[in-house]
Amino acid sequence: MAKISYAQALVDGMRESMAADTTVSLVGTNVLGLGPQRPLIEQVRDEFPDRVFDPPCSEAGLASLGIGAAMAGARPIIDFGVGSFSLLAWCQLVAEAGVAHHMSGGQINVPMVFTMLHGLRGGGGGQHSHSPQAMLWNNPGIEIVVPSSPKDVKGLFKAAVASNNPTAIISHARLLGVEGEVPEDDFVIELGSGEIKRPGKDISLIASSRSVVTALEAADELSGEGIEAEVVDLRTLSPLDKDIILKSVNNTGRVIVIDETNESCGVAAEISAIISEAAFDALKSPIKRIARPNVPVPASPLLENCLDITPDKIIAAAHDLVGN
Amino acid sequence: MLTKDKLLEFYRGMVTIRAFEEEVRKMHNAGLAPGLVHLYSGQEAVGVGACAALNSDDYIASHHRGHGHCIAKGSELDRLFAEIIGRRSGYGMGRGGSMHIYDPATFNLGTNGIVGGSVPLATGAALSAKLRGTGQVAVSFFGDGVLNQGILFESLNMAALWSLPVVFVCENNGYGEFTEIDDVTAGRPYAKRGEAFDIPSEKADGMDVLAVHEAVSKAVTRARNGDGPSFLIFDTYRYSGHHVGDKQEYKDDEERELWLSRDPIPKLADMLVAGKKIKQAELDELDAKIKVTVIAAANQAKKMPEPDADDLARHIYAA
Ligand SMILES: Cc1ncc(C[n+]2csc(CCOP(=O)(O)OP(=O)(O)O)c2C)c(N)n1
Ligand SMILES: [Mg+2]
Repeated sequence: MAKISYAQALVDGMRESMAADTTVSLVGTNVLGLGPQRPLIEQVRDEFPDRVFDPPCSEAGLASLGIGAAMAGARPIIDFGVGSFSLLAWCQLVAEAGVAHHMSGGQINVPMVFTMLHGLRGGGGGQHSHSPQAMLWNNPGIEIVVPSSPKDVKGLFKAAVASNNPTAIISHARLLGVEGEVPEDDFVIELGSGEIKRPGKDISLIASSRSVVTALEAADELSGEGIEAEVVDLRTLSPLDKDIILKSVNNTGRVIVIDETNESCGVAAEISAIISEAAFDALKSPIKRIARPNVPVPASPLLENCLDITPDKIIAAAHDLVGN
Repeated sequence: MLTKDKLLEFYRGMVTIRAFEEEVRKMHNAGLAPGLVHLYSGQEAVGVGACAALNSDDYIASHHRGHGHCIAKGSELDRLFAEIIGRRSGYGMGRGGSMHIYDPATFNLGTNGIVGGSVPLATGAALSAKLRGTGQVAVSFFGDGVLNQGILFESLNMAALWSLPVVFVCENNGYGEFTEIDDVTAGRPYAKRGEAFDIPSEKADGMDVLAVHEAVSKAVTRARNGDGPSFLIFDTYRYSGHHVGDKQEYKDDEERELWLSRDPIPKLADMLVAGKKIKQAELDELDAKIKVTVIAAANQAKKMPEPDADDLARHIYAA
């Protein structure tokens, strides 16, 4: 297996999707941000020059242009660049893309992909650091993909493009450079399938996106202390692999849910609620959440770092739980 | 006719902004200024010429390339630097950074990281001025990228409909990020966007502080007299590209040299010297003095305390 970066794997997933279906196009070229991985997106342009568009700065229009194109038989990929900019297209996302299939009595499909980068990026401040996946998840009808590794982003990207639903692929700016092994054969990862990234019997660390990487680092350290943490990667929020969550909780009885979305009504809140409803009896101690405090993301690096989810925070929470 | 003092005020303003941005570049390269930092170097004539046409209590709303507007409207240099490097004494206690600097003391509704954000904000400030009968005017600064945001059209419509005292100032520097604006924008000349709403619209040279000052002064007078909004578009150029670190491989030398030859600072200097208003040596002395002041402010900011993490939960809701 070849070791490649998350950014390259994303590009590979996109290229293979475009090769497989001539109705797939890319509108927007900030999929990999403005950082060092940016030039990789040119591979897509080189291979499919007629299907890559540099758009004007018009998020609401672009989003619904994509929705209309999808309703009329194409499979566009609409890129927002920074996840915060999807907020300009909120109505189009949640009140058009998310509801058209249902409100048309199942007649209309919106088979398209939205791409964006979420989370703390270093100096993004209160206008460039949103993690919109929880806000999106608050609405029905949109599939939400939050990959944590190169292999996952490639396999999930292809599933997202092939899906007949609007699908948001939400990557993390700080995952783009992360390297990992990616199978060379033609593979797809089904939406709604989580993965145990590391098995363990003492405590479940449930995470998605970049938080999985942080959880794995914490699990390594905990293992050195004799605490075996199981790292559950949700991979997609909608559809959600509830089985993999409940199985792990039944196994360990102790849970930390780790996620970068805001604490209130965030991903960690929803996962915690699901566990309390369906596996309360299996719990040996209360569920812990490590999420983003409900404050705007500050620009000062010192303050921003205070909000970051670090292995230390997970380890401290694990000590609390296992001590119980 | 503008007085010598007024012309020197323009000169001082532009040189201060240029020097300020050079210090910001150094701060960013030293790892002190986080995130993407967008310099105003090259566009000084627009901010300085426009703000010189305003009263101190007129409103402005700015954009992500906004340090120059803050300076031209009278913010303090050390507190600006402090905000850009995330210090507690900065205008936003280090929470906002370069793209989010609010200074109500100078009636500045903020630099803004949302492309197009400044347009309806200034329109709203103009509505407030009209409702309160204060005679204030509001200026919205925005980049050419905003020419394609729907919110521009929504704001132009409301401003025209309700005859609001607002001046729309588009700074057309030819690019949005790394894309040529002409490649993503239909409907030329772009001033037609204002005309579509029956708003007096004009294009002028954004590399000439006098041309900017004249056009904005006319628009401000119109607004103050109750005659409603104006739409101005100034051609200009960003010498440092989109952000500090942008290698600008998408620009060719010929284009770069053309715009360097139109630099608004030497242009005004030449005019002052040729008109025998001042000697070049005096301008050189002034340049050196400004540089000292700017560097002192930067050093002052670097000595300011870091913010306190315990403060993070403060100011989320007003008392
Ligand atoms: C709503 C929104 N979309 C996209 C961006 C990303 N972005 C930041 S600056 C920029 C280019 C803006 O171009 P322009 O308005 O011409 O300003 P310039 O940078 O040239 O001064 C873009 C697209 C953003 N900040 N906000
Ligand atoms: Mg521009």
